[in-house]
Parts: sequence; C-alpha cells; structure tokens
Amino acid sequence: MLILTAFIIAALVVVAQIAGQRRAATLAGDEPQSLHSRPIYHGLKSALWTGLVGFSILIVASVVSRQLIDTQLRASLPTDVQGYADIKKDRLISDAKAVGDGDIVSAPLDEGYKTARDALAQDYLGLKTLREWGISIGTVLASLAALFLTYRGIHRESRARNSSERIIRGGLFVSAGIAILTTIGILFSLLGETIKFFSNVPFYKFLFGTHWSPLSGVFEGVVDENTVGAIPLFAGTFMITGIAMLVAVPIGLMAAVYLSDYASPRVRAWAKPLLEILAGIPTVVYGFFAAITVAPLIRGSGEALGLSVASESALAAGFVMGIMIIPFISSLSDDVINAVPQSLRDGSYGLGATKSETITKVVLPAALPGIVSAVLLGISRAVGETMIVVMAAGQGANLTWNPLEAVTTVTVQIVALITGDTEADTAAGPAFALGFTLLCITLILNMFALRIVQKYRMRYE
Amino acid sequence: MDQTSHQSAKPGAPSVHRTSAAQGRLKKRYRIEAWFKACGMLAVGLACAALIWLLSSVVGKAVGGMTETYITLPVTFDKAEIDPKGSGDPKVIRGGNFSGLIKTSLRGAFPFIKKRRDKLALYKLTSNGAELELRHRAMNDPSIIGTTQTIRLLASDDVDLYVKGYEGELRTLAHSGTATPVGMSGNVKVRVDANAFQAALEKAKEELRRKADALRQQAQREERAIGVFEGRIKALPDDANPDLRSQYESRITAYKSRRDTLMRNAQEFEKRANTDGGRELLSPSLPSYFVFINGGVIKVETVSPNMIEGQALVPLSSEVPAGATDWQLKVNPTSESGRRIGDKQATWIEVLRANGKVETNFNWRFFTASDSREAETAGIWSSAAGSFWTMLITFFLSFPIGVAAAIYLEQFAPKNRITDFIEVNINNLAAVPSIVFGLLGLAVIIEFIGNDIFGEQLRSTALAGGIVLALMSLPTIIIASRAAIKAVPPSIKEAALGVGASNEQAVFHHVLPLAMPGILTGTIIAMAQALGETAPLLMIGMVAFITEVPTSPLDNASVLPVQIFRWSDFPERAFEMRTAAAILVLLVFLVIMNTIAVLLRKRFERRW
Amino acid sequence: MNVVTEQEQIANTMIQAKQQSAETQYKIVSKNVDVFYGNKQALSGVTFNAHANEVTSLIGPSGCGKSTFLRCVNRMNDTIPICRVEGEIWIDGQDIHAPELDVVELRARVGMVFQKPNPFPKSIYENIAYGPRIHGLTKDKSELDELVTVCLKRAGLWGEVKDRLEEPGTGLSGGQQQRLCIARAIATQPDVILMDEPCSALDPIATARIEELMHELRENYTIMIVTHSMAQAQRVSQRTAFFHLGELVEYGETEQVFRNPTDERTESYISGRIG
Repeated sequence: MLILTAFIIAALVVVAQIAGQRRAATLAGDEPQSLHSRPIYHGLKSALWTGLVGFSILIVASVVSRQLIDTQLRASLPTDVQGYADIKKDRLISDAKAVGDGDIVSAPLDEGYKTARDALAQDYLGLKTLREWGISIGTVLASLAALFLTYRGIHRESRARNSSERIIRGGLFVSAGIAILTTIGILFSLLGETIKFFSNVPFYKFLFGTHWSPLSGVFEGVVDENTVGAIPLFAGTFMITGIAMLVAVPIGLMAAVYLSDYASPRVRAWAKPLLEILAGIPTVVYGFFAAITVAPLIRGSGEALGLSVASESALAAGFVMGIMIIPFISSLSDDVINAVPQSLRDGSYGLGATKSETITKVVLPAALPGIVSAVLLGISRAVGETMIVVMAAGQGANLTWNPLEAVTTVTVQIVALITGDTEADTAAGPAFALGFTLLCITLILNMFALRIVQKYRMRYE
Repeated sequence: MDQTSHQSAKPGAPSVHRTSAAQGRLKKRYRIEAWFKACGMLAVGLACAALIWLLSSVVGKAVGGMTETYITLPVTFDKAEIDPKGSGDPKVIRGGNFSGLIKTSLRGAFPFIKKRRDKLALYKLTSNGAELELRHRAMNDPSIIGTTQTIRLLASDDVDLYVKGYEGELRTLAHSGTATPVGMSGNVKVRVDANAFQAALEKAKEELRRKADALRQQAQREERAIGVFEGRIKALPDDANPDLRSQYESRITAYKSRRDTLMRNAQEFEKRANTDGGRELLSPSLPSYFVFINGGVIKVETVSPNMIEGQALVPLSSEVPAGATDWQLKVNPTSESGRRIGDKQATWIEVLRANGKVETNFNWRFFTASDSREAETAGIWSSAAGSFWTMLITFFLSFPIGVAAAIYLEQFAPKNRITDFIEVNINNLAAVPSIVFGLLGLAVIIEFIGNDIFGEQLRSTALAGGIVLALMSLPTIIIASRAAIKAVPPSIKEAALGVGASNEQAVFHHVLPLAMPGILTGTIIAMAQALGETAPLLMIGMVAFITEVPTSPLDNASVLPVQIFRWSDFPERAFEMRTAAAILVLLVFLVIMNTIAVLLRKRFERRW
Repeated sequence: MNVVTEQEQIANTMIQAKQQSAETQYKIVSKNVDVFYGNKQALSGVTFNAHANEVTSLIGPSGCGKSTFLRCVNRMNDTIPICRVEGEIWIDGQDIHAPELDVVELRARVGMVFQKPNPFPKSIYENIAYGPRIHGLTKDKSELDELVTVCLKRAGLWGEVKDRLEEPGTGLSGGQQQRLCIARAIATQPDVILMDEPCSALDPIATARIEELMHELRENYTIMIVTHSMAQAQRVSQRTAFFHLGELVEYGETEQVFRNPTDERTESYISGRIG
C-alpha cells in the first residue's frame, strides 16, 4: 500500500515536470526571452516541490504513525493483562501484530493470553488499515496541492531557475551528508546493543577474559559474564593477521620496489594489471581457495614432515589472506615510492651509489611514513576481513601460539553468532560488542595511517 | 688519519676508487645489488604465481562441474502408476509415482539384480532430478502416459563423478591364454592356461609385505618395552621386593611372547609374499580387478598366477572357454574403499557405457536451475537473479547519491568545519570492515527502517542487501568522482560562468559531462566490488536456501557470492566442482565489468 | 689470425697509445658526443678537452644542451630511459662508455652537485657519511667522523653546523643546503666535480660563498660548472665553453672567449643579443 503510494507520488512528479514546462512555454508564446527562466526550470521547480512534499510527508507520517499505533495498542491492553510484566506485554503486542499481519506466531502461553492477543490483533488490524489509507490519501493530496500551487505560480518573471537550483543544492548537501548519516547509523546500531551487553557484563571480563563460549550458560536471555572473554578471539585475529602481514609486506613491498625502480616498461605493463586482478578477486573466492586448495596442501605437507596440522589451521587462512593483501600493500607502496622526488635518487646516483643502495638507504627511508601507513591499512584490512577466515579458520575459541592449530577470529564469531540458530536477541549482544571492538580497532589504525600520510605529504609539497 | 690523505690524488696517481681494495668492495656491492634485484623479481614472480595458482585451481575444479551425465533408458509411463483413471488432470499426474517408473526401468536394464541391497544401490544411479523431469514431461504431454519412451535420465552426482574419471578409470591389462570359467553366477572361478594374473598377485603380495612391515614395527615396540623392564630389573637393589622382580619378569615374558607372535606372522607374510605363485586375497584397499568374459563380469576376490575367484557382478552366458582375445582383465587403480561408488555400481555403469547408454553433455542446467540440495540438479539462476536485483538497487542508490555528494564537496562546499568533517568521515567509512556494514544493515535497515517504520519484512531481501552494499560503495564512488571532477580544469567552468551560466548550469552542463567517464569508471569498479561482497549479506540473512527465482527486490533472495559460500560448505565433491564453476561465472562477470572500466578510461582519458 | 691483420692491429694499438698519451694531459676529453631524447637530438658533435685543476664553465642560452652534456660526464643520463648517448668521453685516459668501466665507480670519481639542493631527508652527518659508507672509504667511526669534519670544513659549513650535526639536512637554508651537497660530493673523494647551476636557487651572498669555495676546491679537483650567469663564468672559470642549440660553438680560455670571441653567435650571446 505505502509502496504503491510512493509510486503514485513518483508519477505525480513526472506530471508536474511536464505540466510546468508546457505552461511556461505557453506563457512565453513567441517570445522565449520574455521568461526569466527557461520552461524546463519551471517544470523542474514544480516537480521538485511535488516530490519533496510527497515523499517527506510519506516518510514522516509512516514513522510517526507506527509509534502512535504502538502507544495506542499499549493503552488499549485489556485489563486482565495489565498485570503482566513489561517483557510479557511486549511479547503480547508483537504477537498480536504478527497475527494481524498473518505471520507465523509462536504458540500462546495460555488461554487468557490468547484471547487478549486476538482482541488486540483486531484493534491492530483496524489501526493498520486506518494508518495505510490515511497516509496514502494524505500524502497524495499534499503532493497534488504542491503540484497545483507551483503550477499556479508559474509566470514570466518567476525565478524558477534560482529556486530549483536552491533545492538541487540542498539535495547535493543532503547527499554529502549521507556519509555522516551512515557513520552515525553505524555508531548507534553498534552502540545500542553494545551498551546493553556491557550493562550485563563488565567490560574487563570481555576484554581480558580468556574463555569464550557466549551461548553456553545463557540464562533468560542474559549471557554468563565468565564465558564472554574475548582474548582467544583477539589472539586468533592477531595471529592470522600476523601471518598475513608476514606474507604480504615483504612480497608487496619488494614487488613495488621492483616495479617502480627496476622493471622495464613492458614488465610493468604486464605485472601491474596482474596485481590488480589479484586485488579484484572477491574474498569469498580466496576463502574457497584457502579451504579447498591451500589448507589440505599445508595439512598434507605438515603430515609428511611429521607435524600434526589442523585442517582449519591459522597458517592456511593467514597465508591466503596475505596473498589477498599483497596488491593492497604493493599499490600503496608504489604510490609513496614514486612520490619520492627524482632529485633524491639523482643525488644518490651522483655519489656513485648502486640502485639497491639508493633504494634501501635513500628512497625507502624517505618513503617510510607512507609505507608504514600502507602496512597499517593492510593490517586494518586483515583484521576486518571476514570470508577467508569464516571459510578457512576454525570456529572454536582456542588460545594457542601454534599456527598449525585452528584458531578463531573476531569476524568469524560475529558471523557465527548472527547466522547461528540462537535467538537473535541473545546472540546480538556479544556480536555487536565484537563488531564495535572491530570498528574501534580499524578506525584507530586508519586514523594513524592517514595522520602519518598527511605529515609525510607536507614534507614534499 | 691526517687531513692530507683525503685530498684528491695528483693527476696521474690512482684515485681511492681504483685501488684493488675498492675494486673488491665494488664486487661485493654488485653481488648485493644482484641479490636485491633478484628478490624484487622473486616478489613479483610470487605474486603472479599466486594468482595463477588460484585461478588454475578454480578452473581445474570447475571443469568437472561444466558437464553432466545422463543415462538413456526406455521408460514405460505406466498408467496405473501415474493416472489410473486416465483423467489427464495435471494435478493427478503430479502425484504419480514417477520414481517407481525409473526403478522399473532400471530393473529392466539389469534383470539379474535380485538382492534387495543391490536393488537399492541400483536405484542410486539416477538423480531425483530425473524424476522431476519425467513428471514435467507427463504433465506437459499426458498423451505419453501408457507409452514407452527412450528417455535421458539425469545421473546422480556420484555416477557423474565416476563417468568423468574422478573415481579412477578402468584400464584393460595385457594378458594371454585361454580362460575357462567355472560357474555362471554367484561365485565364479576362472582358470587360464597361462600366468595371466601375475600382476594382480604382485599387488596382493606388496600388500602382504606392507603388513609384514607394520607387524615388525609393532614387534619393535614390544622389544623396547622388554628393554625398559630389563633395565628396571637391573636397577632393582638386591634387597628389593622379590614380588616386584617376578612381576617385572612375567611382564617381560608376556611382551616376548607377543613379540614372537608378531614376528612369526610377519615372517609368514613375507614368506608368502616372496614365494612364487600361491593364492592371495585382494582386499578392498587394493585396486579393483575385473574379468570380462562370456558377457559377464567377475570381480576378482582371490588371485593366483593362473586362476581367479570372485563374485559374478554380471552373470556369464556360458561356461565355454574363451580365447585370449575373447576375454579381458581390467583394473580400476583407485581402490574400492577410496571411491564413493562401489565395484558393483561401477560395473553396472560400465555395462551401460559399453552399450552406449551413458552420455556426458554440457551442463546448461547449471545456468538455468535454481539452488538445490543435490549437486547434480543445483544451478545458479536464482542467485544470479538475486545478484541482479541487489546490484540494481545498489547502483540506483549509490550512483546518484555518490555523484551528488562528490559534486557538492568539489564544487559547492564552503571550506569550513562541516566540509572537513564530511571528508574525514568519507575516508574513514572507506576503511570500515564490510561486516560492520552488515551489522548496520541488520540493526538499522531490517530492524529499524523495515520493522519499526514501514512494517515490511526486509530480512533476506535484495532491497536490504542493495541498501547495505550501496552504503558500502558510497565512499569509493565519492572518492573516484571527486578525483574525476577535480581533473576537469577550472578554466572550463570559468568559461561557462563567463557567458552568464549559473554556477549550477556550469557544473551540470560542462564540468559533469567531462568528468563522467572518470565517474563511471569509479562506479563500475565499486559495483564490481559490491558484486563480489559476501560478509555483510550474511549478516542480513541472505544465506537462506532460496529455490525460487526472485522477481522483485522485495522477494527473499540470495546472491552469487553467498551461494558460493554456502556450496563450499557442502562436503560432496560434486558440489566442490559446482562451487568452482559458480566462482568462474562470478569472475567472468567481474572481468567484464573491469574491462569495461579500463576501456572507458582508455577511450575517454584526456590530459588537460 | 693472419699476419697482415696482426700487423695492422699492432699499428693500431700504437696509434691509440700515442693518442691516449696526448690526451692524458687533459682531464676530460669529449669526442663527437651526440645525445638524443627519443627522436629529438639534444647535443650534436660536441668535442673539447677540459684541463685538470681548472674550473671549466659551460654557458649558453637555456635549452642549449649544456646541462645535458654535464650529465653525460658521469653518465647520469643512464637513469633516463629514453636518453641515448653516442660518441666518446674519456676521463684520465679511460673511455667512460667502455664496457669494462663501472658506472658506480665512475660516479664515485666524478661527483655532482645539482641545480636544486637535494639533501637526503637525514641528519647533516648522515648526508655526508652516506658516500664514504657505501663506498667503504673509512675503516671505523672515528675515521668517518674526521672525514665528515674535514668535508664540512672544506665546504665552509663547519662553523655553522658543528653543533647540530644530528639535525636534518633539510632544515638548513638554501645556501647551506647547497654547500652541504658540495661537502657530500667531496666526501666521496672524487677527482672531478660537476656542478649544474649550483647557485641558481641561491641569494647573492650564498652565491659568493660557493664561488669562493670553488676557488679553493680547484687546487685539488677538476671542476666543470654549468651556469646561466656570464658574470659568474668570468669570475670562477679558467676556461669557458659556449653552447648554442645543441652545438659547442666556442671553447677557449675564459678571458679570450669573453674579450675576443671568434664566433658571431658567442658575441651575440655575451653582448646580450641572444639568450
């Protein structure tokens, strides 16, 4: 219903554009220069106002009326259920809504509950119909009014271009603001659950506890504070990230050095796109590669050497993640190595330094801040990477230093908690708390990296 | 060191750089140089090798998934089983016992199979998909009910694997001599007037030697235990408890007797292995040997140089002696215990194959079918459609918003704190892990916007997935678009302003069209990233098992990468191949998108 | 090998030896040097000899190829992929393009100071110590310390920086940076120092300091300097080469070139009519 309304408004917008344009053109007659603005802007102004009024009323009314319905339902609870606990009231209301919407509902607790629920569902249905019709008719009328007023307002001197440009500029600003809205959305969505989680669990138990199995010992939706120690996850993330960086940093850096200072243009023309392909491969493909090809290989060669290797070893996940990060490190390092001025290289060559001496003693030290920031960004990438570890690392929290054993990571646990069979409300707490931690780590790394790059830029510009 | 030594040599005298010491140092420096360069080459080589390894591993696995196997059999559409009253009503036909038809037809092809267990194994040759196809056929054309049709039945995934040779291929071994079978079904002996089975016997003897080695190793462990206890007895003080001593001694005796038994068995095995001839058992962990003779097939169970004995998996037509060219000895080098398909089923497939009833075709079904729990009927169409809807939403949200934001920031934004804050924000958003966007989608889009505001169930829908991916791609698009807009020289905008265009007109008429190729390139790259993205979609429930093709963004949907993730979790080897094939499809899309981006960049690249 | 060619070869070797001995009195000998950037010819047929322990100026209007020639002398042009050098340049009787000659060793013997001061982003001390370190010229830390001190003193920078050797070289003023680069060049103990418009980025006082320095250094080194300023060429150099449009137009003693030029173009240039 509401979606249909949205389509109607969209159609009205088109009508407004065409009608406005026509009317302006008719007004101008044979003297197009007599108009202050070109007809298209008159149409645009009318269309923008129609859409703006219609869609904003639709959204605001939907939100507000939804809240109103909830308040109304709560107020009209039958007297015999007024004694229910709040949590039970919430459930009653949501069950009633589900009945009204025709969704699947869990079995009623008792007979009283059922009658109350069904009565409430009737109320809800009435309110729902009222809401949908009310909103639909209201918004369409408002849009029509906007259309009509703007249409009437079209005359030769009206500054339609200026006013429609103002609206467009506002739209541009709002678009730019969506980035901020997204950030706020991320913070609030994570913080809400995280704060709820930490109201039950002291944060030090989470940050420094060494036992992780959040879904064991759940009592009435409250997790046991002794089973949510995230240290094994941090350790696992740290180990896999470390292995990845051991693979990615030397290879990525040396590849960047070779491609920028040694390789012939032909080699560069070949190797750079290949590295870009490596960067463009989806992580789920890396995950498949890690789980199906690399892990059995590592396990097999480990057994040939007489080592016991878990089939979901940290080594396999870390190694493949390293391959994934190679192009990241190499392209970022390439940029900073190329940014080192040629005059420094000339100065070194002029003193009779070889290429490798120039690179290791002059170019790389000069590019060091940029390289450090590339590595930090690489680490932040590795920490937040999900699919490779979900597919190739373990599920069980295991505190170990042995890269041949299975470890689990923060991201793996988030996925396991959210996609698992547990009731969403119980799993959300630890999952969002982990997500918040992850966000903090990556943001701090990113801030550091950007700060370093900014400082470095100032030095050469 | 005095000061004069640093002064340049007089003309003619050798410089410090031409002494032999300097030459030596130079050599060493060049060695380091060469080594460093080699390291660089190695790094590039390793990166490229990793790419090639990854791609070849995927392609190698995908090859098997691109074909499918059919078994052609006559099927009688028995009226009694499908539509006893002859109503022709599709609803009645839908409920028909089509699996029974296939079973009957299979039994008809192998009339000699009598045991219940064997029959059950026989029914596993075809897939459930074959049954669905029969049902469709009968529903579309009820007139075939009551007739017998020759029909291609989809083979099960195990049969498919065997036919493609993933379970070992049957090879014919060279042999000589005339073979005389004794018995026609059940247990059959075949005697040959030459040592035709020497090779098979050798395999059995190798197995004996391996067993003997294992026994000897066990014996050695017993021996070490003996040594330990003898040491303990020696270490006992003279006044030690005599019970302890006798206890130790009895332990030693036990160990010794066990050791001797082990050694005897080992010797026995070795003796059997090392003497010529003899009669040995072929265990299931050895390659499987078959004798094809007089229209029958015998699975070899015991072997001696000139005689074998075993079960007739296909009964023989007679006991007539067969000349050297009339019978064959075949081997499947993969042992039965290492295969998903037993010797019996393998033999039946071989019989069908010999009659030209097995064919392998290109797997079109993979592209047109929806997801399934059975590898042979699973396809990517539903998830591809899900990807399409998701990308549609993503594009129509992120492109306009991203470009608008970029225009604002580049052309209209005043230099103030708010603008700086937005910039920092965008840079940070680009680094937020994708899974966090998934959590955002879960909490805000599904719970808040979906449930609380609109009362729509957005979980698992392409709409929710598209919104999440759009938010994720926004920073990439904004950054790329800003770079493209910045690259348009200000002189162009000034020229437009100079002829009296408004700021907005200058931007939308002149700057934006010139920046468009760069913006599109950035957008396509962002879309390619979004197309391969998996983690955030897991968070918003797009991992569901979807067999219906979504027809709108509000339907429950899955996407290609998520399907790859789900399939990769299935243990069947056939699924592994299909996962690889699905990856290949995804990669083809990505390659196409990136190629378009590169071409666009090349075609419209302009240096101002 | 047959007899005739053997004799010819001996004769050739003798002629070569004679030529070389004649050329060894010159520090730098250049014969028919052509330089191309891609398809564009930047220098054609440059032939002249520079004397030891003298300052030789290369002057001419911009784009005339004087810097290009300078960069040929220590083969800095090798670092530009599209650049191709033909002809011969000999230093101390050795062909610098000979296959057995090592470019690293050549650059150690032929130091270079660039137009724009380019100290490494390291401390003043590390800037000077860089050359001696990579070439292994000193045995231990104390020797290196002394070498750094000597070079800074010779470059006339010691008094200004002796208390802040650990501060970054990039923090010095332009003139100081350029003297640091000169000190860095002489720390490698070269025979020849090439200077590519070393004063163009400096103020007059710093320029005077560097010109003074060149006078002092001439005792021990052969110096070749590219300069835009004719006054500077007259002040510092013993010989001057005038380049125009990629050709060497005139070469001779500075006094003679400026007082009594033989070529019309030279006269036009020094009198300010071209350039």
